[in-house]
Amino acid sequence: MASAQVFNITLPALPEGWSADKDFKAVGSVSAATQRNLEPVGPHFLAHARRKRHQRTFSEDERIQAQQNVKKTEEDEDDEISEPEDPMMLSRDAKDWKAQDHYAVLGLSKYRWRATPEQIKRAHRKKVLRHHPDKKAAMGQTDENDNFFKCIQKATELLLDPVRRRQFDSVDEAADVEPPTKKEAAKGNFYKLWSKAFVAEGRFSKKQPVPTLGNEDSTKEEVEGFYDFWYNFDSWRTFEYLDEDVPDDNENRDQKRHVEKKNANARRKRKTEDNTRLRHMIDECLANDERIKKFRQQARAGKDKKRLEKEAEAKRLAEEKEKARVEEEQRKKEAEETAKADREKTKKAKEAAKNAAKKNKRVLKGAVKEVNYFVEGGDASAGQVDAVLGDVELLMSKIDHEELAALAESLTAAGKDGAAVKAAYAAQAKQLVEAGKLKEGELKTFA
Amino acid sequence: MSDESNSVPAEAPERFAIGISFGNSSSSIARISPEGKAEVIANEEGDRQIPSVLSYIEGEEYHGTQAKAQLIRNPKNTVAYFRDYLGKNYKSIDATPCHQSAHPVQVDSTVAFSIRDTASEDVNTVTVSEITTRHLRRLKQSAADFIGKEVNAAVITVPTDFHDAQREALIAAAKEAGIEVLQLIHEPVAAVMAYDARPEATVADKLVVVADLGGTRSDVAVIACRGGMYTILATAHDYELGGASLDQIIIDHFAKEFIKKHKVDPRENERGLAKLKLEGEATRKALSLGTNASLSIESLTDGIDFSSTINRTRYELLSSKVFAQFTDLIQQVIKKAELDVLDIDEVIFSGGASHTPKIAHLARNIFPEKTAILAPSTLITALNPSELAARGAAVQASLIQEFDKEDIEQSIHPMVTATPHLRNAIGVQFVSGEDVDFQPLLNAETALPARRTAQYSVPKAGGSVFVRVCEGVREIKVTKPEPKPKAEKASDAEEDDSDFDSDEDEEEEIRETVWKTDKAIAELAVKDVKAGGKVELMVHVNSDLGLQITVREVGGQSAVRGAVESPKPTEN
Ligand SMILES: Nc1ncnc2c1ncn2[C@@H]1O[C@H](COP(=O)(O)OP(=O)(O)O)[C@@H](O)[C@H]1O
Ligand SMILES: Nc1ncnc2c1ncn2[C@@H]1O[C@H](COP(=O)(O)OP(=O)(O)O)[C@@H](O)[C@H]1O
Ligand SMILES: [Mg+2]
Ligand SMILES: [Mg+2]
Repeated sequence: MASAQVFNITLPALPEGWSADKDFKAVGSVSAATQRNLEPVGPHFLAHARRKRHQRTFSEDERIQAQQNVKKTEEDEDDEISEPEDPMMLSRDAKDWKAQDHYAVLGLSKYRWRATPEQIKRAHRKKVLRHHPDKKAAMGQTDENDNFFKCIQKATELLLDPVRRRQFDSVDEAADVEPPTKKEAAKGNFYKLWSKAFVAEGRFSKKQPVPTLGNEDSTKEEVEGFYDFWYNFDSWRTFEYLDEDVPDDNENRDQKRHVEKKNANARRKRKTEDNTRLRHMIDECLANDERIKKFRQQARAGKDKKRLEKEAEAKRLAEEKEKARVEEEQRKKEAEETAKADREKTKKAKEAAKNAAKKNKRVLKGAVKEVNYFVEGGDASAGQVDAVLGDVELLMSKIDHEELAALAESLTAAGKDGAAVKAAYAAQAKQLVEAGKLKEGELKTFA
Repeated sequence: MSDESNSVPAEAPERFAIGISFGNSSSSIARISPEGKAEVIANEEGDRQIPSVLSYIEGEEYHGTQAKAQLIRNPKNTVAYFRDYLGKNYKSIDATPCHQSAHPVQVDSTVAFSIRDTASEDVNTVTVSEITTRHLRRLKQSAADFIGKEVNAAVITVPTDFHDAQREALIAAAKEAGIEVLQLIHEPVAAVMAYDARPEATVADKLVVVADLGGTRSDVAVIACRGGMYTILATAHDYELGGASLDQIIIDHFAKEFIKKHKVDPRENERGLAKLKLEGEATRKALSLGTNASLSIESLTDGIDFSSTINRTRYELLSSKVFAQFTDLIQQVIKKAELDVLDIDEVIFSGGASHTPKIAHLARNIFPEKTAILAPSTLITALNPSELAARGAAVQASLIQEFDKEDIEQSIHPMVTATPHLRNAIGVQFVSGEDVDFQPLLNAETALPARRTAQYSVPKAGGSVFVRVCEGVREIKVTKPEPKPKAEKASDAEEDDSDFDSDEDEEEEIRETVWKTDKAIAELAVKDVKAGGKVELMVHVNSDLGLQITVREVGGQSAVRGAVESPKPTEN
């Protein structure tokens, strides 16, 4: 916003004779504004809204925003090491350094094992600035032995030594988080409370990072991974910080060995107790973890589902088979029906052909009768009738349906014309002779 | 995680907000990805444009594309195009879009649908509010499934003409769906935000036209962007123009072809018409990408299958009238804002129908070359028009997600948004010889209070320079082309047919914007600037139009300062 646009345009030189008080002259005013609504979206609008609501000018707002940003970072920095100092702690005797809360001395109670070496160094600097003997003297406060200053040095020395820091962290009860009671966990805070306990416990893990407890939506793999990790927990926790002091004069060597042995036993015992404690803690959490129950149910449901699916599959197969059978039956039935229909059809056709033949045969016989058996004038003799009809019969027995139909047609056309009838018969007879179905002259009347 | 002693125990469940664009035809959900980019989320079916449709079959609820498909077989129990009914009086609604789905019915004075939405045979009357709740619930669930986190808040986009009752009804329906509406924002502004929130975007003053071409309506707006803030200067709406108008062209085209072959009109059969509409829309969408598209419908009418193709040229020819309606609407809104096409810096095409290439091409021809036409067919880097509103909403959601409810309410209150805007540009006059030029520093329509800073060069030799701060107005200069020699023209007219001739005659006149210095406001001098130096000017305009002006040589010690009083209240 405050950044300037750069225009590649040259300002004119100051006109001759122009002058004004302080080189500024107002010569007019801005045209009346249009009242409109800004769309309340986007980062620039939000800045506008902030200015308007708090009645700030641009520069005020910029200053306040900048101050707030600075303050925030300062606070972030300062916060780490700005806890109040307990007067009891300030009056501690440095000789008793082993019993002091090293983190509290440096103002890092909130951080403890999470404090980074960087933070420890920063805290040290800050505390030294405040409690340096010179400063104290200047302020008229006296602490002849510079006790608290020494406490600070002791704490810093210890906490910046990784081995010694671990020894202290191992027994830093202030960093312990008690696992929730059943009642607390049941109130719906199961995951939150147990998470805290495990995160605290996880500080002793050689393997980092430590898996988290998760929540009700964690997957089976995640949950199983979590418990696997804890049942195989590999801890660096040690208890030598609680050792009894070993006398280091050479005179009392037996006494020395005795204390050392006692210390070793105590360490071992504490370690075993700690392992048991942790195991109980995991057992307790696992026993009340609803997710485990859920997964069991799901596994069961999964099995049920598989069984149901199997049954459904079997049913489906049976149904398919039945369907196939029904279809096959249907197909067969249809095939039979078409076969039957076909048969009927041929039968009908045959009958029709037969009928037609019958009719045509009647025409053949009728034709000769119509022309009086080729006798012109007077009745035909019985012999002539027989001879003609005999020949007609013979001819009929030799021709097929088509020839029969054709002949019948020509005969019908011939009508009562005896010669034409005879000619039609003769033509047919000739054809039969040519086809070798009749012998020459076998049909006497149609020769 | 490891720092849990530091964290305050959270009381209420954590707020997690998304952006929602809720349209009559389709809706989208968007979030800011872990990489910080706005992205539209696909639902379970893989759709990013989720049809705003719900359908019920034997008590089962279908949503989105699945529900839309039910417009063919189950139109009575399928609710579509309902967004604009929310919060409205039954008497004032236009029921046309619901012709082929569940019809709106009156309940009290509001709108509802009679549908069988349970397993029983009973027909229930479901209010449009309840339908909206169900739709939003499905959107919320899709977002949650994708993100893997419960979603409980949203910024939702609404048209610029949504009145208070509609806004309240939407907020209430969302609440029922378990969504806290952090803010309702205007669709066209969300579209501008989608572009402006891209990392490569810079804050620049510009005038933008947003053309939101939807399914059943089209909305256009002119928006002034000034120092990253947005002001709507004008809007225009056409409640009968949209993708559906183009669907109708496709439907009629194929129906005629079918009638020619089979002597039956498939549009007369309800199911046939529904099939034509659904498949026709798909064909039309395919024509946005390809030059050819096919349509294939089983048993369109009387058991007759139908399949055919159409090419883009044919489609564009058939649609030319409707396309012109879209571009007319754009020109109309510019006129309404009392602006010229030459003033427009960007045209943002938004909404599904903006995929249609020809519409953007037509717009390209209307605007001058310097105007950016942001549509897929005119600019490769254009964003998907269907995603703009949702993306913009997601951006806004991410900005205010951490704010207290009260903080948001106060920020969007009219006390804060109602703002005076500059009528004219304020800038500096440059005189060199005969030429008088004006360089704006604050553009017209800048919301007040405002502050701008600029640096200018000084004459090569240095010396004292003059800064004249004044108002400037933009004018349109029209240059008529040199008239052609008469003889040539006459012979042209003789030879060419009249059509061609008129084209030729319409020799383009040149139109351009020029600045004219108007009222002078203040004069300042910067003395003895060194050679090659620069002068910096800062102008601060208060809400009451009073000015503070500062000029100084860049790197110099002293500054020239002065104030200009706010104008006296006018007589009338
Ligand atoms: N057919 C329509 N579809 C969608 N919106 C419409 C339609 N007609 C008008 N609108 C818009 O919706 C808003 C409210 O319309 P309406 O309810 O009819 O007006 P009123 O506020 O007079 O009741 C108006 O701002 C108008 O621009
Ligand atoms: N690729 C595309 N090409 C052409 N039209 C499209 C495309 N995608 C969507 N549409 C059309 O856009 C319209 C829906 O646009 P949308 O912005 O979702 O509308 P609404 O605002 O009504 O919800 C529909 O008519 C649809 O057919
Ligand atoms: Mg829309
Ligand atoms: Mg719409």
